[in-house]
Amino acid sequence: MAYWIASSPHNHIQGSTPALMRLVIYATIPGILAQWYFFGWGNLIHIGLALTTALVAEFTVLSLREKKVAEQLFDGSAMLTAVLIGISLPALAPWWISVLGALFAIVIVKQLYGGIGHNPFNPAMAAYVMLLISFPVQMTSWQPPLALMSIPLDFSNTLSVIFTQFTFDGYSLEQLRTHVDGYTMATPLDTVKTNITLGLTISESMNNPVIGEYVGEGWQWLNAAFLLGGLFLITQKAISYVTPLSFLASLFICSLIAFLVSPDSNASTLFHWFNGATMLGAFFILTDPVSGATSVKGRIVVAALAGFLVFIIRKFGGYPDAVAFSVLLCNMAAPLIDQYTRPRTYGHS
Amino acid sequence: MTILIAIIVIGLIGVLFGALLGFASIKFKVEGDPLAEQIDALLPQTQCGQCGYPGCKPYAEAVANGEAINKCAPGGDETIKKIADLMGVEVQPLDENHEADNTPKVAFIIEEDCIGCTKCIQACPVDAIIGATKQMHTIIIDECTGCDLCVAPCPVDCIEMRPLKQTPKNWQWDLDSIPVTQVD
Amino acid sequence: MESVIERIEKGHFWKFHGGIHPPEMKFLTKDKPIRPLAMPPELTIPVQQHIGEAGKLIVKAGDVVKKGQALTQSLMPLSVPVHAPTSGTIRAIENAIIAHPSGLSELCIKLTPDGEDKSIARHITPDYTSLSKHDIIEKIAQSGIAGMGGAGFPTHIKVNTHAQINYLIINAAECEPYITADDLLIREHSTTIADGINILDHLLEPAFILIGIEDNKPEAIKALQKATANNDKVKICILPTKYPTGGEKQLIMALTGKEVPSGVLPSKLGIVMQNIATCFAIAEAVIHDIPLTKRVVTVSGRALEKPQNVWALLGTPVEFLLQQCGYPEQQRKHIIMGGPMMGFSLPNTQVPVVKITNCVLAPSEQEIPNDKHEVECIRCGQCADVCPSQLLPQELQWSAKANDQQQLETLNLFDCIECGACAYVCPSHIPLVHYYRVAKAEIRQQKQLDIKAEKAKKRFEARKARLEREKLAREEKHRKAAEARKARMNSGTEQANKEKSAVAAALARVKAKKAQTSNTENVENKELASDQQDKKSQVAAAIARAKAKKQAAVQESSPAQTESQPPTPENNQGDENKKAQIAQAIAKAKAKKQAATSQDTEVENHEELNEAVKVAPVDDKKARIAAAVEKAKAKKQVAPEKPSELDTDKTEETAATNSPADDKKARIAAAVAKAKAKKLKEKNPQSAPTTVDASTNEEQEKEVAITPPLEASEEKSAQALDKKARIAAAVAKAKAKKQQAESK
Repeated sequence: MAYWIASSPHNHIQGSTPALMRLVIYATIPGILAQWYFFGWGNLIHIGLALTTALVAEFTVLSLREKKVAEQLFDGSAMLTAVLIGISLPALAPWWISVLGALFAIVIVKQLYGGIGHNPFNPAMAAYVMLLISFPVQMTSWQPPLALMSIPLDFSNTLSVIFTQFTFDGYSLEQLRTHVDGYTMATPLDTVKTNITLGLTISESMNNPVIGEYVGEGWQWLNAAFLLGGLFLITQKAISYVTPLSFLASLFICSLIAFLVSPDSNASTLFHWFNGATMLGAFFILTDPVSGATSVKGRIVVAALAGFLVFIIRKFGGYPDAVAFSVLLCNMAAPLIDQYTRPRTYGHS
Repeated sequence: MTILIAIIVIGLIGVLFGALLGFASIKFKVEGDPLAEQIDALLPQTQCGQCGYPGCKPYAEAVANGEAINKCAPGGDETIKKIADLMGVEVQPLDENHEADNTPKVAFIIEEDCIGCTKCIQACPVDAIIGATKQMHTIIIDECTGCDLCVAPCPVDCIEMRPLKQTPKNWQWDLDSIPVTQVD
Repeated sequence: MESVIERIEKGHFWKFHGGIHPPEMKFLTKDKPIRPLAMPPELTIPVQQHIGEAGKLIVKAGDVVKKGQALTQSLMPLSVPVHAPTSGTIRAIENAIIAHPSGLSELCIKLTPDGEDKSIARHITPDYTSLSKHDIIEKIAQSGIAGMGGAGFPTHIKVNTHAQINYLIINAAECEPYITADDLLIREHSTTIADGINILDHLLEPAFILIGIEDNKPEAIKALQKATANNDKVKICILPTKYPTGGEKQLIMALTGKEVPSGVLPSKLGIVMQNIATCFAIAEAVIHDIPLTKRVVTVSGRALEKPQNVWALLGTPVEFLLQQCGYPEQQRKHIIMGGPMMGFSLPNTQVPVVKITNCVLAPSEQEIPNDKHEVECIRCGQCADVCPSQLLPQELQWSAKANDQQQLETLNLFDCIECGACAYVCPSHIPLVHYYRVAKAEIRQQKQLDIKAEKAKKRFEARKARLEREKLAREEKHRKAAEARKARMNSGTEQANKEKSAVAAALARVKAKKAQTSNTENVENKELASDQQDKKSQVAAAIARAKAKKQAAVQESSPAQTESQPPTPENNQGDENKKAQIAQAIAKAKAKKQAATSQDTEVENHEELNEAVKVAPVDDKKARIAAAVEKAKAKKQVAPEKPSELDTDKTEETAATNSPADDKKARIAAAVAKAKAKKLKEKNPQSAPTTVDASTNEEQEKEVAITPPLEASEEKSAQALDKKARIAAAVAKAKAKKQQAESK
């Protein structure tokens, strides 16, 4: 037995990357619970599917790349990606959507670029965008909150829809999405966007039942739950507050200006904040360190850019929600932003 | 008439741009480092002649004129990479005729064997050997480039190439090389 | 400037970027007094313990030294001596592992204490103000004081600044975990430290003295406040605990809000920083005339039974310290010299305590686990958040792994102070600092290589130019000489005749030289084929040498004759030279003739030699006389000839060592040596080395013997010739002919 030789520093914080990843996964629990409460079992089933697929894919690729499988398989990064994919999919999307998404995220976006730490894009969002572009019908068939549904949807029925497209009673997804009044329900963002093109004002849109009491039946609470999880992460110092703050502030300013200019054709800031994937994006996606900027200044810039892009795409783009797209665009811009936001080194002017 | 105007206009434009270009070429003239100079700057300057040229400069000139870039053994892969970058060509592995071992070495004269023949002094490309006829010779370690040109001419084979001694000053933080005492 | 002091007086300080709060662990040792240690059985004192140049050894193995006696002498400004920490005998001066991360060995003085601890005479100076500044600095330098905070920069250089100093900053921050050495030193010796600070005040005359100390040392702060109460300039600045407050640049930032520009010394900003332990050492040196031979070392860590601060003599092996503090065998896993953040692992326990050793840490396995589970960087950026130099550690790490030296320098790698904060917080457990160190070492080496390459290029070009110049100069000289000679010869005077004879001699020489060269070439090219020729040429050369020797011997052995000679010794010498040259030329010519004409076998050659041996004893006496006569004659010939010719010869002779390339003598010598070596080499495989030696000796003897008769015959023919010395050429020819005849 010989003396150890190590390079300083010899002591070390107890935290580690897998622990950090696990913490982030735990922080998604309030959001998942809210999702389960308002939208049923769909997303949980998708999370399960994505998790299984992601782990199998990760295992296979790691074995092929002759990496330390035991260490890297459970480092939490693949699981976090799978959880995020499961959360962001429409609850009643067919099973192969989440399987395909997880496969794409792990094999192509993550491992083919060099594995953990080397992927230029956020795997979950890249997979989401790939699915959205490739399978627009499945990816936009959002299920209304349970409270608004005419046909009750329990766990076995959800499972049946996901795997066979029909409930045990033979209702199709389209029928499930139909309101008691006979029209198909969409997400609040979708509804507002469609209504504006139809010439309706925002206040008229707000009367739509999908909007509910405040800014979106179910969605508002979902976002609030993610906000809670995000705040927990900040208190745990797992993420820095600058990214979500900058993102939300940027979105706030953009939407506020638009709202002040033309209140009839622009939804309120609160509406933007608590709809779609805003909070998920702010606390769980944009804070992904791998694909983001590295310096504090760079992060502020990237997040602000993301907020701006979210607003622009929501307002002018073809898609109702925009978090995934703007995250990918910001991922692309991050290295450049890093280049120009290097901090001034001590003793250099 | 219109044709004439067109010709005149086009002609004037031509003259104008020509003048502009001419002005720019004088005004913004870049005193370029000739390629050979740049290559020479990348070479390790051991003047060893292992590339087949009498010194680094001639090899640099040859490379600039199309000689293979992989003949500098002391520079090794690093130098080849740099030259490839400069020339915009593919990196090639070191020429097979050359030894791949480019650990820094210096010549060492086994002084008790030296007969003072001065042959090595004449061979040294950088005058790093001092000595006189029938006097023992010695190497100025700081000046020796490790080219090993002095090894062959020695009639009594008293010159050998020795790796540079490792000191705390030139230590490269190779923790694995530390001799650790076994306890127990 | 006022505002800085106002802020300090209010207790408001600046913040430097980043920093961390590792577990302090100072409680292990902070409440125990400094313990004086017993005398270790042997001290290992490295000759160099500071940054800069090592001093020159002034003791040798076996010397008996007294405590405080200098063991080395500083010859260069950036050098400080080391002293004997106690009295005893120097057992050896040899290489031993030094206190350096590399674990390499360097020159160390091994001192065996005699236990008496006898000191050299000291000159106590209670009033340091009676000394001139120069004397004080000299005392500091001679006491071997080098920065005791960790860098080991010679203190006398730092205090010998001519810049106007605004702030003298005393670093008592001691921000590294575990270490309490300064804390305890302040508590126990605050008055001596105050003296040291006053001496520095006297030397540097700063506007203010700021003592930076972290707020986790309340007792030390109290002690300092009490001790420095009488100096108005002193401000004790209590800083919040944060690692690395004790870094020089960080402390300057925290106290004055100034950034030290990269690559600039703080003295440019009017700031000088000294470690608090250095202040103590200065007071000891200047007032009590005690050189730096001991220091406080924190021996800490959970693997120890009794962690404590100790007074350790410089050179005490770490093993001894650990034993004194109780280091059980089963706990021996890891020893760190220095703190856990910036210290280095020791490869064994024989490493000595040196001037910069403030801590020896023996952690238990739970405390500092040996985990080397480096995983991929996830770019979390925590490293950049804690970096006190505001670098981007992760980008540095990528560039270091890619060995992109240019990018590393753009990212200001060399501003990294290696504090370890980045690696401490890294969730991927990447040994970032290690990568930086490797990269720094590589860049430094690359720079050295670049400088060396540049120098080599210059030398190569200078050499080329020199060779060219010499060639031209030689050609020019030859041309001129030839012209001059021609002109003189044509003049037809007495002088001209002499010249002619000289020319003739020279011609003979040239011929001989040519013969020799061709011979050598032969030897080189066809070693085997020309074996025989080799031998002959060697024999010939040896004969020539022997002859020259003999002549010298004869001349010495017959002083009467020499005295009878009118010419001055100088002339004698010139003659001698000429004589030797002629002899050699003869020998060469002979060799050439032999080689060219005779087809003799080796056996025949030997026979011939043997014959000569038989003749030799008979002719010996005669030959000597003849040689002497010949010499006298030659001298006579030479005497009237004015020294010009001789001088050139002589200068050539002496210049031989300087310009070997074109000197004929050197060539001959080289060829001879080479031939001999080659011959030896060839012979070696055939017969045992002893017999070879014997045979060579024998041969040489024969050669010596064969010379006199030949000379005698030369003599006759020479006498027959004209007074004017055409002898040389003729002799050469005659001898060659004779030789030919003999061999047939």
